[in-house]
Amino acid sequence: MGTESKDNTRFGVHGGQYMPETLMNAVIELEEGYNRLKNDPDFQKELKELFNNYAGRPSNLYFAERMTNDLGGAKIYLKREDLNHTGSHKINNVLGQALLAKKMGKTRLIAETGAGQHGVATATAAALMDMECVIFMGKVDTERQALNVYRMKLLGADVIPVTSGTATLKDAVSEAMREWTNRMHDTHYCLGSVMGPHPFPTIVRDFQSVISKEIKEQILEAEGRLPDAVLACVGGGSNAIGAFYNFLEDEGVRLIGCEAAGRGIDTKDTAATIATGRLGIFHGMKSYFCQDEFGQIAPVYSISAGLDYPGIGPEHAWLHDTGRAEYVPVTDGEAVEAFEYLSRTEGIIPAIESAHAVAHALKIAPSMDKDKIIVINISGRGDKDCAAVARYRGEDIHE
Amino acid sequence: MSNIYKAFEKNKAFIAFITAGYPDIETSKKIIKSAADAGADIIEIGIPFSDPTAEGPVIQGANEVALEAGITTDKVFEMVEELRRDIDIPLCFMTYANVVFSYGNGKEDFLERCCKVGIDGIILPDVPFEEKKEFDETCEKYGIDLISLIAPTSEGRISMIAKEAKGFIYVVSSLGVTGVRNEITTDIGSMVRLVKDSTDTPCAVGFGISRPEQASKMAHLSDGAIVGSAIIKIISEAGDAAPEKVYDYVKEMSDAVHATD
Repeated sequence: MGTESKDNTRFGVHGGQYMPETLMNAVIELEEGYNRLKNDPDFQKELKELFNNYAGRPSNLYFAERMTNDLGGAKIYLKREDLNHTGSHKINNVLGQALLAKKMGKTRLIAETGAGQHGVATATAAALMDMECVIFMGKVDTERQALNVYRMKLLGADVIPVTSGTATLKDAVSEAMREWTNRMHDTHYCLGSVMGPHPFPTIVRDFQSVISKEIKEQILEAEGRLPDAVLACVGGGSNAIGAFYNFLEDEGVRLIGCEAAGRGIDTKDTAATIATGRLGIFHGMKSYFCQDEFGQIAPVYSISAGLDYPGIGPEHAWLHDTGRAEYVPVTDGEAVEAFEYLSRTEGIIPAIESAHAVAHALKIAPSMDKDKIIVINISGRGDKDCAAVARYRGEDIHE
Repeated sequence: MSNIYKAFEKNKAFIAFITAGYPDIETSKKIIKSAADAGADIIEIGIPFSDPTAEGPVIQGANEVALEAGITTDKVFEMVEELRRDIDIPLCFMTYANVVFSYGNGKEDFLERCCKVGIDGIILPDVPFEEKKEFDETCEKYGIDLISLIAPTSEGRISMIAKEAKGFIYVVSSLGVTGVRNEITTDIGSMVRLVKDSTDTPCAVGFGISRPEQASKMAHLSDGAIVGSAIIKIISEAGDAAPEKVYDYVKEMSDAVHATD
């Protein structure tokens, strides 16, 4: 389904290329490179080999029987992106972009990271493909995700702590963009989500759409029919768009994005963009952003470093406008409870990001009929979050 | 013919960038006045933005301090309204797309107010040629020049950009973000020649300029020089003496640029 409007840089009014002139030729070069390679059978074959033999795809679609029985409503399946190499869905996009960059003659990858999952995935791909790698990470996040910082360094990447602004994900994106304006001849900016200027939202979505392609095949095999709802957490929105994309035309499948409400959408400590933001222009795109009355970007908050971002990808903004997807807020408290629930019930520790989607399933599954089917995208594993959740529960543990 | 265009007629132009509300609103009013008195031909007034992605650390820092000190877009408009009683030279705003887009009911409100307070042009570093159509009709309606930028990487895009440029063309001297540089290695002369092939709109070079001889050299290669980070640095170091220090600096720089052929 062509979700783009006539202007191929946009999804409805969202998207575009609000970038410094210095970077325009770089994004045009990227678009041309991608258009040249995306339908090239050799490129696709190479990517598929990386997906299957390196990242461990396809990821399982697991029937969560104990959770289903416990909730007493809809059947629940978990799409296990947490089982991918490096522990999250981020590797899908990164392998795609790194291969693309390499074919375009680039020798250096730069990236932003929030929780560290995208940074780790990028550092991994750089190691595999023998490329230089520099990761920008908010100073606050380097502290709450210290283990991931070490992993990136171990993989050979330079990690630059970003101290400007709120020293979190949005500032890491800004700093990576600044670095790209400084050096683009040999450097590819491996953006980690379906955001930023065109063509990034489209490229990242295409590489992540393998998630819904597999879900569709797997659920048809297991159940002989499509699911009634697909749930995924949304920060920038890459795992969600990946889980939604191949269901966009299947109107009977509800698509539900779960935003980080932090301490609640009626407080300032929230990152729920659809619930509390409004239309704006930032980080290369037009979309919804948390901002004040003068358009200053809000310092957002979530327990999850990966969802702690004041905007949302333009395709999600458009899916919200058209009503094709729903976006719901989930608080820190609800996410932590879901984090603990899934660990206890299924023996699966989800990333605190993914726990936002699990939390919403806990709300809706019990009142659904037993013949209904829910798929939750478990976008990453939660080992990285154990210390933070312990702190949230008042327990001080050291990694 | 716009006031900005006219500012280049007499001699090469010196353009000073000053962050509004830095270090506080009152001092920054005095600083802007000083720069005008000292001979600046155009002043770019930066409306602070929370996340200025085209700026280096110096101007980023000024944005943070100014926002902390309570500057808002409305207060910048009030400032300019007051300054206009004493300042005749063209004034431009330099800010980010969202500040314009999210003001009041949108860009129309912003640009109408620009017109009322006497702003001549606007520079939006995150609005390239591909996105300018969203803003330029409204700019035209209110007589505001939407300034186009060209960069060392623009190459084949220069003529397309130059043909539609208004006011002046901001020639970005170097890769990267704003900030003082020891050396500018880009071949500015050939960038400017490409512009001149397509338009009479004047060109001024910015990014990295801090010394009079650099400014003079850039003005010689084009029609003017733009200085930002060096001025902000002086303000950050001068404390209460900032208006006088900026006066002395702008005098020295604009004299050097005006003497350039």
